[in-house]
Amino acid sequence: MFKYLKQLTSLVAMVAVLFTFTTETMAAKKSKTLKNTQKKGFVRCGVSQGLPGFSNADAAGNWTGIDVDVCRAVAAAVLGDANKVKFTPLSAKERFTALTSGEIDILSRNTTWTLSRDADIGLTFVGVNFYDGQGFMVRKSSGITSTSQFKDGISACTNIGTTTELNMRDFFNSKGISYEPVAFEKADEVVAAYDAGRCDTYTTDKSGLAAQRTKMSNPDEHIVLPETVSKEPLGPVVRQGDSVWEDIVRWSLNAMIEAEEYGITSANADSMKTSENPAVKRLVGAEGELGAAFGLDNEWSLRIIKQVGNYGESYKRNIADTGILPDRGPNELWTKGGILYVPPAR
Amino acid sequence: MDLKLQKIIPQLITVLIVVLVFGFFTYNAQINMENRGIDFGYGFLSQESSFDVQFSLIEYDGSHSYFRAYLVGLLNTILVSVIGIIIATILGVVVGIARLSPNYLINQFAAFYVEFFRNIPLLLQIFFWYFAALRALPLPQDADAMFGVFFLTIKGLYVPAFIWENLSVFLYSIIAAIIAIVVIRVHARKLQETQGKQLPVFWISVGLIFILPLLSFLMGGVKLSFEVPVLKQLATTSFIYEGGVSLPPELIALALSLSLYTATFIAECVRAGIQGVGKGQKEAAASIGLNPNQVLKLVVMPQALRIIIPPTTNQYLNLTKNSSLAAAIAYPDLVLVFAGTALMQTGKAIEIVSITMFTYLTLSISISIFMNWYNKKIAITEK
Repeated sequence: MFKYLKQLTSLVAMVAVLFTFTTETMAAKKSKTLKNTQKKGFVRCGVSQGLPGFSNADAAGNWTGIDVDVCRAVAAAVLGDANKVKFTPLSAKERFTALTSGEIDILSRNTTWTLSRDADIGLTFVGVNFYDGQGFMVRKSSGITSTSQFKDGISACTNIGTTTELNMRDFFNSKGISYEPVAFEKADEVVAAYDAGRCDTYTTDKSGLAAQRTKMSNPDEHIVLPETVSKEPLGPVVRQGDSVWEDIVRWSLNAMIEAEEYGITSANADSMKTSENPAVKRLVGAEGELGAAFGLDNEWSLRIIKQVGNYGESYKRNIADTGILPDRGPNELWTKGGILYVPPAR
Repeated sequence: MDLKLQKIIPQLITVLIVVLVFGFFTYNAQINMENRGIDFGYGFLSQESSFDVQFSLIEYDGSHSYFRAYLVGLLNTILVSVIGIIIATILGVVVGIARLSPNYLINQFAAFYVEFFRNIPLLLQIFFWYFAALRALPLPQDADAMFGVFFLTIKGLYVPAFIWENLSVFLYSIIAAIIAIVVIRVHARKLQETQGKQLPVFWISVGLIFILPLLSFLMGGVKLSFEVPVLKQLATTSFIYEGGVSLPPELIALALSLSLYTATFIAECVRAGIQGVGKGQKEAAASIGLNPNQVLKLVVMPQALRIIIPPTTNQYLNLTKNSSLAAAIAYPDLVLVFAGTALMQTGKAIEIVSITMFTYLTLSISISIFMNWYNKKIAITEK
């Protein structure tokens, strides 16, 4: 019995090593975040504390918005159901910590893509779902119609922990205007303070200004000035270190944009399976093996289009029809004069 | 031997567990940070901060370093805490004594104040003072001047600035007055102990503190003029005041709510302290011929203070720590500036949070040490 003990031990050890090795490679392919998400049965998504058009909850607790739709698309792709998302409302200050600490798996919260955020703090930006720029809102009664009319001593309300705070300084410095920055932690408080007359101007991304204007006591009393003082490409963010998950989120967003490009909508997606165009067939899962690369089935993108819709549908439903920004501006497809251009899904 | 071991082993195990838990979290954080490509280090403190702060006691703008931004936040925290502690102490003592007043209206009003303000969450009170009370304030162009020179508006309180000539002479005169008062007090005490004579020390002190600085104006060439805030138009309906000193409404709202809230607890400490002094003490003091003022000053207060100070120290600590709620109303304190904006711009969460925690710890311990020293000083010294 003891004669073979040595051999037996080495055999067990070898099997163990092989076993670890195989599970290791499978895990690497499936991605830890993906595995956890499938195990939990929902996607953990960080959103804003209420920004109409981007991520906003109604009285019943249903979240809508184009940022929300990115998370819904991922849920449709990996879980088969766009409703299997758990939304966590986050302030600008909390958002990155929530993501890096693993409390959420996707941060889809009108977040500006910058070099330092991407490279420095353990985050990876996966794409842009809204091209924006910083603007200023003032009271109509003030008679200001352009930022060139700003004068020394102007007070500006904004959020802390945002690129807005930095752009504001660049802007006022370049114009040589002294200003008083009043920075709050929550967007609702910024709006309340500006609305009360604490500040002469309220500055944030123009889409945010348009959306917050709808929340004010009398929206018609305020105007957004025409100047755009910065580039604010907003997009979803994931934790650094899980490249498969990163790819899933990136391509869920890209699939929505490409679906619009090829005219695939939630209504006609099924019928597109018989399309002549191979690019269309790939997107609806009738050709190729695109999903396998992420460890998903082949109908991941079909589910996104059917359950969430293409980018154009999402934009119309959340931003155009709600009257926030009826004109798509730069957020129009490249084929229609905008700058939305995504790599081909093939 | 056995008994000694029995005592030591549980302590050793406790220490070991603490070390292990701490080690585990450190290790975990290290591994996670490495996995996510986050660097650890304090080098960012010397980098340019590139954000501006609304209100600062030292010269600061975005071209200064993150360390300077930290100092700005720290000084703002200290400023609001000191203002809060002073107001809360004065108000707390007054209300505490008022609660013991034989006048029904006064003691009921004091009781109502205490019960009302200490039972509403502080954050709500801050929001109330900032958002509700602020909305009621006039816009700068509609503000009426108080005493002709103060303007309380939605954008802040504007007060005249002092413009001094030969300020140092004035300061010397104040220092001289203080030294003179100390000397007279020592002399008066000696006089009383040796000859039983009493000097009107209080009135002499008041006289000195007024007369010496006055002399500096008349003979020392000190001149004081005021720069009164002047309304300035920015646009058709937007105005500010220029010149003078402006106190942001955020500071006023925060200091007000912190002191109103904390004063209720201090009032209760004061009441407990005074009631804790035995009735016999007062009667004994009166029977040896002290007047009511002297009874309070020489017999009741010295004993009451020993009861009042330890719990009041807690309230000072609470007030200092509660000042971190400033972030809700945009007062640029340590949490908003450093653990808020700076943290977000650098992403150095562990470093910044640890510095902030350490700073609050240091602040609290300093207050504790000072109050313990004061407590020891007034404690009964056995002879």
